[in-house]
Amino acid sequence: MTRYSALALLRAGLTGQRHWPRAWRDPSPRPNYEVIVIGGGGHGLATAYYLAKVHGIRNVAVLERGWIGGGNTGRNTTIVRSNYRLPALHNLFDFALGLWEGMSDELNYNVMFSPRGALFLGHSDADMTALAQRGDALRCDGIDAELMTANQLRELVPLLDMSPAARFPIHGGLMQPRGGTARHDAVAWGYARAADRLGVDIIQNCEVTGFTVAGGRVTGVETTRGAIGAGRVGICVAGNSGPVAALAGIRLPIEAQTLQAFVTEPVKPMIDTVIMSQSLHCYISQSDKGGIVLGGDPDQFPSYAQRGLPPRIAQAAAEAIALVPALSRLRMVRCWAGTTDMSFDGSPIISALPVDGLYLNGGWCYGGFKATPGSGYTYAHLLATGAAHPLAAPFALDRFATGATIDETGVGFMPQFH
Amino acid sequence: MMRIDCPHCGPRAQSEFGYERTLDSIVTLDMPADEAMARLYARANPRGLDDELWRHGLGCRQWIVLRRHRVTHEIVGVAAFDPAILS
Amino acid sequence: MNGPGRIGRDETATLRFTFDGRSLCARPGDTLAAALLANGVGLVARSFKYHRPRGIMAAGVEEPNALVTVGEGGRTEPNTRATDVFVYEGMVARSQNRWPSLAFDLGAVNALAAPVLAAGFYYKTFFGPPARWMVYEKLIRRAAGLGKPPTLADPDRHQHRAAFCDVLVVGGGPAGLAAADDAARGGARVILVEQDRALGGCALRGDGEMPTSDAALRAAGVRILTRTTASGVWDHGFVTLAERLVEPGEAPPPGQPAQRLWHVRAERIVLATGAIERPVTFAGNDRPGVMLSQAVRTYIRRFDVLPGRRVVIATNNDDAYRTAEAVAAAGGEVVAILDSRPDFTEVARAAKERFRVHTNAFPHSTKGRSGRLRSIGADIWTERHSFDADLLAMSGGFTPVVHLHSQAGGKLDWRADIQAFVPGASAQAITSVGGAAGEVAPIGTNAVHLPHPKHSFVDFQNDVTAADIDLAWQEGYRSVEHLKRYTTLGMATDQGKTSNMAALARLASVAGVDIPQAGLTTFRAPFTPLALGALAGPDGGGHAAPRRRLALHDRHAALAPVWQPLGYWDRPRAYPAAGESLNDAAIREARAVRTSAGIIDVSTLAKFAVSGPDAAALLEMVCATGVAKLGVGRGRYTFMLRDDGMVMDDGTVWRLDETRWLLTSSTGGADRMEAHLSYVHRVLAPHLRVSVVAQQEHFAGIALAGPLAPTILAGLTGQAPPAHMGLAEASIAAVRVLILAASYSGERAFEIYAPGAIAGPVWDALDRATCAQGGCPYGLEALEFLRIEKGHVVIGAEADGRTTPHDLGLGRMLRKAGGYVGAQALGRPALSAPDRLQLVGLETAEASLPEGAMLVARAGAPVEGHVTSAAQRVLGQGGIALGLLAGGRARLGDRLIAASPTRGRHVAVTVTQPLFYDPEGERYRD
Repeated sequence: MTRYSALALLRAGLTGQRHWPRAWRDPSPRPNYEVIVIGGGGHGLATAYYLAKVHGIRNVAVLERGWIGGGNTGRNTTIVRSNYRLPALHNLFDFALGLWEGMSDELNYNVMFSPRGALFLGHSDADMTALAQRGDALRCDGIDAELMTANQLRELVPLLDMSPAARFPIHGGLMQPRGGTARHDAVAWGYARAADRLGVDIIQNCEVTGFTVAGGRVTGVETTRGAIGAGRVGICVAGNSGPVAALAGIRLPIEAQTLQAFVTEPVKPMIDTVIMSQSLHCYISQSDKGGIVLGGDPDQFPSYAQRGLPPRIAQAAAEAIALVPALSRLRMVRCWAGTTDMSFDGSPIISALPVDGLYLNGGWCYGGFKATPGSGYTYAHLLATGAAHPLAAPFALDRFATGATIDETGVGFMPQFH
Repeated sequence: MMRIDCPHCGPRAQSEFGYERTLDSIVTLDMPADEAMARLYARANPRGLDDELWRHGLGCRQWIVLRRHRVTHEIVGVAAFDPAILS
Repeated sequence: MNGPGRIGRDETATLRFTFDGRSLCARPGDTLAAALLANGVGLVARSFKYHRPRGIMAAGVEEPNALVTVGEGGRTEPNTRATDVFVYEGMVARSQNRWPSLAFDLGAVNALAAPVLAAGFYYKTFFGPPARWMVYEKLIRRAAGLGKPPTLADPDRHQHRAAFCDVLVVGGGPAGLAAADDAARGGARVILVEQDRALGGCALRGDGEMPTSDAALRAAGVRILTRTTASGVWDHGFVTLAERLVEPGEAPPPGQPAQRLWHVRAERIVLATGAIERPVTFAGNDRPGVMLSQAVRTYIRRFDVLPGRRVVIATNNDDAYRTAEAVAAAGGEVVAILDSRPDFTEVARAAKERFRVHTNAFPHSTKGRSGRLRSIGADIWTERHSFDADLLAMSGGFTPVVHLHSQAGGKLDWRADIQAFVPGASAQAITSVGGAAGEVAPIGTNAVHLPHPKHSFVDFQNDVTAADIDLAWQEGYRSVEHLKRYTTLGMATDQGKTSNMAALARLASVAGVDIPQAGLTTFRAPFTPLALGALAGPDGGGHAAPRRRLALHDRHAALAPVWQPLGYWDRPRAYPAAGESLNDAAIREARAVRTSAGIIDVSTLAKFAVSGPDAAALLEMVCATGVAKLGVGRGRYTFMLRDDGMVMDDGTVWRLDETRWLLTSSTGGADRMEAHLSYVHRVLAPHLRVSVVAQQEHFAGIALAGPLAPTILAGLTGQAPPAHMGLAEASIAAVRVLILAASYSGERAFEIYAPGAIAGPVWDALDRATCAQGGCPYGLEALEFLRIEKGHVVIGAEADGRTTPHDLGLGRMLRKAGGYVGAQALGRPALSAPDRLQLVGLETAEASLPEGAMLVARAGAPVEGHVTSAAQRVLGQGGIALGLLAGGRARLGDRLIAASPTRGRHVAVTVTQPLFYDPEGERYRD
């Protein structure tokens, strides 16, 4: 294990970068593990890392059907923020945000977390009141939030259309200065490298095809690389939670839907913050490489196709241009789609399942990336202790049966409208 | 963007239709509460075929049922909604 | 004479354009790349990372190097491929990513750091707190990014059009033309698209003949779209086509769009998209003067431009020998042909008569100066040779353009003889023909020869070398997707069109596997980059969301109100007099309602005519309150729940006669309620004999409210006004109206409905009569004050989608027997938890309290609830509000703080009943 540093990099430059070892091993599955985490995305890898790091459980395997970070970890718009309205959500996401701030150093892997500010625009007095309410809720819980006036925004993002005649006139905004973006792939790779260093086996090209259950308790998994025993099994496959849970005969309040994103050709810096909107479904940020990264609404029907609808792209482009007119001539160079685990109240599920020893972390809708470290940390707590971490306790599966749903947007049980 | 062969209007672009819910999650008003909540919240969500209730909201506004593959988007069956399904 | 230039005299070069401020001439039909070469310009761009000098490598959309900025102001298009823009009069082109100039670019110092800047270097350094990374990031961002973005709005329109066809043919080369001809003869509706300005494809460079002509195809009914790129194939034969009506940066004729995005539904798709030539990997293969072999032929034969005078050809196939002939015919000198294959093929043997042909020969390096190629080093059998040359034409084989086939879900098969993937089984009705189907020259399969992987570029634009691929493999980034993401290979604006196969070959060779085992990244739309403005089309700018106008809009506008967006509409928020503030106006208007009378436009309320023998039964399924027992001519307040028991909407329900009902509900929820009524009727209860007609915008509505309202109404109608929650038909200003006696304000009030188209005179009459009594029109702000005093909940504020009827204090209105949507959910235990947020009133001695503020016991204490709506008392003094408070109904008299840290306000409040005015409802009773 070679530590990464500027010095190591310089030294490597003299030797043609030849001495860098593998970032993580490529082990074959062992017959038994104390804990198996299904899913080698950012959440699953982070879970394994914190199991080893915080709970000292190193006899852990992460089983990944394809290549690590190949699901929604590598398909999102890389936005990191914690400014949700509801306390259960903002407390969980802000715990994650705290971990983001130390992540590069902790993992010795630069995940390029860039707290450039996450800005929600308001387009009416009603929007501004809603933003103030959200900001007040955050501030009362010790989370950063600042209302910004139109004049402040004019300075911060000079390319915004601030004219009163604009289709979505900009009255002001709510800024979370600690929010920003990160390099999504690096999060998976960084957690993989750090978990591997602690002894976690990361096993790629290993698809789980079934669970073995004895006396109502899970004893392991069947995979395309053979049966593997385990004391506890954690499902962490957002996007595919339904089919994997179905292997254990469990139905979930989750439906898979497509969410698209796209990026333009790279240009010199033009937008220095993350722009979102209180009334529009449009996310705008500029990657370090220079591409404008744009996202919009989910496709609002069930799908695993990882292929989106052109009208959704058109809508996101139209809204982005309405906010930043100078975007019109930039060209989309690539669009892609992820399969989101749309839960039935719009909030994640971090929970024990009705089979003993089997757990679920999923239902992240279109907001999972920003939660990665907090999701991994609290899920590791659940897998290690069998009890919910206090921050994750509200996100138990039984909330749908009891009625204690956590519905940020207030649209209810129709996942397509969250 | 799928092409949906509306049984009332003929083939139309998907953008005219809206997905409502799966057929097995329709809650009738005479169901016991437990069954109603189970239907509402426990979904099969398969990587394959399912029966879905859609509405031709920007067309004839009728409710239709698609039997549709959720990976390939192949529509293997489309029919007007038949209330007999619920009984 | 050295370097590129026009063949023969250039008398027809009549178009003037500038490149980096230098005025140059082009022939009509020249691409910018052709024109630059004709003017002897070889250095065109700088690369992304190392700022290496770059020239023109290709003649088509696959060009990775020659990116320039074209156009000015709002029409600026950065990163335009010089090979994919046709010169027009006055065109302004600039090089990019260089400072201070293209020839002398300080950014080129990055090349010195190349040993450190290998793949993945960012991940290994720049540690410390995020603030420190942001310092580095600022510099990195400035260095990255290629062209400068426009800063102005786009002055042009972009259009969307829909089309349907039996056969869509993509690609106007010989194979595509033949396919279009065939299909049209068979009577099919055919659309043929070609991304170039001219049809012909490879025939334009003298390879093959056109089987038919543009005119013949048009005569056969084929719709031909040139300068149009099939950018994406989606589900069920849906294809997006991007048509350029003018060139990048060019102004369209007045009133005409600049780009058009076609949405085509095709029964069948024929892909005649050809093949892309691959570069050869060797050190310095990115230098200006190193060009794809077929591109050299294109410049010579199509544009009369010789890209170099002394030409070395490096190939692994027979196709490049045609380039030798083209060069020779154009007066260039073929210095040598380096054929990597060990044996002479028939074509090579024939060429030996005229040219120096070497087998087992590989270029290994290039030398040059000032962006010009000077010489080429080559390994021939076991000896090292050097050739003086100013152009290297390379051909590493051909990659069929399978992008669209693959986007549509088609499988790919590996063909060893061409070392490329070809279309396999199609997922849709798609066939590939010609080069796209793999009809390309076979190549030699001898081992890769790469003595200098560090300087051998694979992805030119992103400066990814063979050494970067080796390093990624060594570090364990072994899936092709990891490789791509770790090195940024294939992620440039060309999306790896020329680089993907070379990269796969390198990966396979390092891994010791065959290329098909190495994997393949996903092909994604768009095929070539596509402007956001074209994607948005007519929905851009002011049309990004629909806007609707009130029937009475002009009458409000005449009063110069402050407008407020609500749903699709703008509604008057208040009608301030000159110099009057919004709040003062709202208070004045609200006081008028409390003391005399006011009128307000309530047209946007959702209205549903529900009629039929079973109308009451349907309403009882939709509404959670008792409805069926309502007498004819009476109405009442009601609300509707979702399946999960939360309040979805509220409104009033009226019985017009035995079987005819009217249901009103909120403006913002109108679409949702329309769908819900339809769902309940058509899905849950199709046996009911009832019809539901949405009438939201058919009727304009005017509410007349205030103690003088009955007098005013009686004066206008000449009849006694209906009793509270009663209704009547009448005439106002000779217009038949429906009058519903409902009160939202807490005063005696009437909602008066008339068809929108003829409602104007009704407003005018009410306005005159009301003002004559000292009243006035009032807006939403006054309405808000009035309803808060009365404790009426609003959908979206108090009923925020998370509240049950119990939470809102409406539980006693629920029908005990159930039978309505949502009834089964209400018994869930958490919904009756004592700490649920419940509706309360809040009052303060201060003039106002901040809407949205959090409710806390004291500063810093846990949040217990929030202010949902705030107002000032209309007649009295002090601020009042509605709020949601944990266990609120049991907390009357509690003193709390309404805390708004974001607005710097903390207001002491007392918890009250959510009702501040006329608690017994005496004022609206008759």
